[in-house]
Amino acid sequence: MRVPMSWLRELVTLPPSTTTAQVAETLTRAGLQVERIENIGGEVSGPVVVGKVLEFAAESHKNGKTIRWCHVDVGEQDPRGIVCGADNFAPGDYVVVALPGAVLPGGFEISARKTYGHVSDGMICAVDELGIGKDHSGILILPETIGGEPPALGADAMDVLMVRDEVLEVDVTPDIGYALSMRGVARELAQGLGVDFVDPYLPNAPAWGVEGYPVRIDSDKCVNFVAISLTGLDSKASSPLWMSSRLSAAGMRPISLGVDITNYVMLESGQPLHAYDAGKLSGPIVVRTAEPGEKLETLDGVTRDLDPEDLLITDDSGPIGLAGVMGGATTELSDGTTDIVLEAAHFDPVTIGRSFRRHKLLSEASMRFARGVDPAVPLAAARMAARLMDELGGAEIREEITMVGSIPAMPGCRIRADLPARILGAPISEEQVIEVFRASGIKVSGDKDEVTGEWLSLRPPTWRSDLVDPYDYVEEVGRKIGLGVVRPELPRPLMGRGYTFEQSSRAAVLDAVAGAGFVELITLPFISGEELDKLGCEANDPRRAVVRLANPLADTQPFMRTTLLPGLFVALARNTSRSNDDVFVFECGSVFLANDKPGSLMPDVSRRPRPDEIAAVTGNLPDQPRMLAGVMAGEWLPAGWQGPAQRADWRHAVHLVLVAADALGVELGRRNAQRAPWHPGRCAELFVTTREGDVVVGHAGELHPKVAKAFGLPARACATEINLDALIALAPRGGQVSSISPFPMTKEDVAVVVDQDVTASSVQQALVDGAGELLESIRLFDVYIGDQVEQGRKSLAFALGFRAPDRTLKAAEASAARDAAVAMAAERCGAVLRA
Amino acid sequence: MATADPTPPNPLDPDEVMSAADAALAAIDAAATTEQLRQVRNDYTGDRSPLGLANRAIGSLEPGQRKTAGQIIGQARGRVNSAMAFRQKDLEAAELEASLLAERVDVTLPTDLHPRGALHPVTALLRRMSDVFVSMGWEVVEGPELEAEWLNFDALNISPDHPARGLTDTLFVDPITDHKLLRTQTSPVQMRTMLSRELPIYVVSPGKVFRADEYDATHLPMFHQIEGLAIDQGITMGHLKGTLDHLAKAIFGQVRTRLRPHYFPFTEPSAEMDLECFVCHGESVGNPECPCRTCKSEGWIEWGGCGVVNPRVLAVAGIDTEVYSGFAFGMGVDRTVMFRNNAPDLRDFVEGDVRFSRSLRGGAR
Repeated sequence: MRVPMSWLRELVTLPPSTTTAQVAETLTRAGLQVERIENIGGEVSGPVVVGKVLEFAAESHKNGKTIRWCHVDVGEQDPRGIVCGADNFAPGDYVVVALPGAVLPGGFEISARKTYGHVSDGMICAVDELGIGKDHSGILILPETIGGEPPALGADAMDVLMVRDEVLEVDVTPDIGYALSMRGVARELAQGLGVDFVDPYLPNAPAWGVEGYPVRIDSDKCVNFVAISLTGLDSKASSPLWMSSRLSAAGMRPISLGVDITNYVMLESGQPLHAYDAGKLSGPIVVRTAEPGEKLETLDGVTRDLDPEDLLITDDSGPIGLAGVMGGATTELSDGTTDIVLEAAHFDPVTIGRSFRRHKLLSEASMRFARGVDPAVPLAAARMAARLMDELGGAEIREEITMVGSIPAMPGCRIRADLPARILGAPISEEQVIEVFRASGIKVSGDKDEVTGEWLSLRPPTWRSDLVDPYDYVEEVGRKIGLGVVRPELPRPLMGRGYTFEQSSRAAVLDAVAGAGFVELITLPFISGEELDKLGCEANDPRRAVVRLANPLADTQPFMRTTLLPGLFVALARNTSRSNDDVFVFECGSVFLANDKPGSLMPDVSRRPRPDEIAAVTGNLPDQPRMLAGVMAGEWLPAGWQGPAQRADWRHAVHLVLVAADALGVELGRRNAQRAPWHPGRCAELFVTTREGDVVVGHAGELHPKVAKAFGLPARACATEINLDALIALAPRGGQVSSISPFPMTKEDVAVVVDQDVTASSVQQALVDGAGELLESIRLFDVYIGDQVEQGRKSLAFALGFRAPDRTLKAAEASAARDAAVAMAAERCGAVLRA
Repeated sequence: MATADPTPPNPLDPDEVMSAADAALAAIDAAATTEQLRQVRNDYTGDRSPLGLANRAIGSLEPGQRKTAGQIIGQARGRVNSAMAFRQKDLEAAELEASLLAERVDVTLPTDLHPRGALHPVTALLRRMSDVFVSMGWEVVEGPELEAEWLNFDALNISPDHPARGLTDTLFVDPITDHKLLRTQTSPVQMRTMLSRELPIYVVSPGKVFRADEYDATHLPMFHQIEGLAIDQGITMGHLKGTLDHLAKAIFGQVRTRLRPHYFPFTEPSAEMDLECFVCHGESVGNPECPCRTCKSEGWIEWGGCGVVNPRVLAVAGIDTEVYSGFAFGMGVDRTVMFRNNAPDLRDFVEGDVRFSRSLRGGAR
């Protein structure tokens, strides 16, 4: 909300020394945050004066533009010659001229310059060029008389226009609709500064009856309705400059006297008003909800299909306005309007809020109604508007007015007098509390309860629909006294149990993976169906079970991710496009797996939901496991003086998950598998062996070349993705510390020959199982395929380490264990000891 | 080929023995390497050296002279052996030093080991902030990112007509009648906690949140929050202020916080929390000579929202509002990284350039 300081100063008698900055600070402290102070007219300097166009000649130029070569009297001996591109003026019009030496907003310096074959000795200005509005449809034309006199030629135009002002941009939170008015802001300011405030819109005594224009309320969504009739409005009268300047400063465009007055009174009182052309009304005004199929053409020229929940203003012709949102086109004020019916009514906030959202018509009126308008102010607002039409437009006010409906009683509340101090944690006396309430217009009466002490019975003023619950009154005290009174203290010492096993496990994994040389990324979780196609996911792939968004940010990515890989692929491609060639990155994040469960329940909020209701709220959501994924490309070690480069390959993908598993104390098994998006010959399925069998947790390896190409990745890029939640669930808790044998290790190397398709891990497992308890360590150190072994066979060389807990092993013991190991490998894998 | 033995000194003649010893000492001094010293040892202390031969000659002296001769020779040999040992040690040390210097490498050569990775700055700061609360005895709770609409809105006193519930603000799962959405705040975790935990409750909930927001330098459709919730007997806004002050000090050093009245449906009274600028501490305000880019010379930085938990929210969880009260707060973590570490563009947070994640290698200390 834009609040001109000139307006505030008119409503609140500020001490002369009060600065705009102090005003802003006072309002901010009370919860009306001043986000910006705009200095209107402050950017204009130098001679910007009133001029009068004496004559002009229109000239067409080769570039297709028509300009006017004008002679303008700026109060000097001779008129000045000025080129102007606008055509909305006539000889005799008063205009604003920026003379050479003037500086306009944006540092635009005016000088005499040659253009279109003339020397233009200044510039005739439009509203936006002066920084006092946005209008650039033509130049600004001043009224023929200002305050009864023609404008003085050569006078400072900014002073004549009365536009120099400071405007506070106030962020009004949704709960305090009353602050969407000058009087509301003025009241808060006066209270904050401790100065007097006289509300120019104090509710008049209600004048119930239908003495004026006939009005009937046929819906409980209309609370009351005031109609005042006026006749003989001077249809030629225009708004005085002070009014149009204030409207512009407050962010509204001046239109015509009738409309400007309703807007002006709305800004000042907070009560939206509407003016009907009385001549266009037919029959009584009836307020009712829409009937199915009804339509209304609103002021903006759009024909709208109405919803049965829409509240309408109607007459015999049908709908003439969408109540509280926008008037209709048929009864709009026009140039010749002289007779007016003024409407000031109060509507149900929720109904208006739904209507404007339904029709996407956030107007000044609908915004105010939706946030809560003072239900007692319509009469005073309508009278103020009528008076202005009388004073400024010569309209005659018909004495008989219509006022139907009611002014609802405000809900009372009873609070313990010490509640504000207790909740705010501040030393605030009960007297201070009562003082704040009274200054805020709240009616306070007290009583004493023998057990619980002093109680306050409170009734808010009509403009404070936000005061309902006891804590609302606590907040009121906080706002008005200032939250600076809150005394900081720490809660009592607690007995927390630290991070959970899952949380510390996840942190350990991230630290280990980052420590091993991978860089963590965070990517957006939205994907497209095309990306799943590019991964090579079959129709029955579980990653096809996508959750679709109703309103995705981009129609091209309407789904939530079911795998982290596409996001990482995009990041990898972006990195390589930016010459970050060596990319070893990972991400830990949720994926979203759709299920066919029903919608989530929306239980009543007036009580705690039952357990079955809670289950129906939380139990139908998609599975959202946290995954750990990585992609790798480029060089793990660069080529250098030490030796050749080591390029990213499938081992780095496996390495990432082994590091993660190791951080959790989990042993990961591996076997060859085929799965999108990996290379069919270079994909490891990763599993954990449990008592119940093997649990597959993910995959790692080199990407399928088709996938790398489709995503624009470097050739032979690698990737991994595992279900981190599943891995953590399989992690041991606690564990055993083994006793450390002080005796020396006996080392034995053994090379066995097996068929090439026998996996190293199966041979190793056989050796381990065969060697028995004395085996302490085993490591594969060589793989050989070539002339020394038969065609189709390979030699695997292992280093075995044997140790006993209680003695130094004899050579014979170690070799016996080794032989047993080889015998097991022979039995299980067809291994033969290499000669 | 045997060489002729040198002429030994007379063991009874101290001068002769002394001069033989002096000759030996001179040779020891002259030895420049351990190799030369070994030759000297052979020549001057061996059995066939002058002193060795003289020593052997003692046996053929008259018994009455043997003692005298033994003393003379013994002293001389003692001096020589001791000098020999010292010289040996010095030469060994010098030779080791020389051989190590010969192994010198250029330590400025690139080591070319694979560099350490890095956590994303948001992860690092989220953890740092969580650590602060865990060290105070709070616990960390988490919940799903795709959440029930009721938990995200209705249960938090955000009425069905609240503008934030529109399709322009919140990302809904299709169909919207399923009442599932991408949580717009981590507050649904607070409601989950209130519905499932015993009182008192002191928890923080870090995590991702989503908005149907534009995607530009200062807006992301997905960002991170950390929210806190405390529910206990006698909780006041003072506890909120004390807790926020503590967090601010832990993360930013000696700074104050300021509460400004605001509105959130979830809390009443509500406030926005400002952080005193930890760079200029307000000194840039009205001082164009030394502008502050961190607080844009305003002296304060908007950090988050907070307040006393609205009793209506506690009532949804079945908590007795006569006995218990609570406070809650929340702040954006990405934005905190932005002003804390001068990150210029929020898009960098989710575009995945490795240089961004690497830029805070020291983590969030």
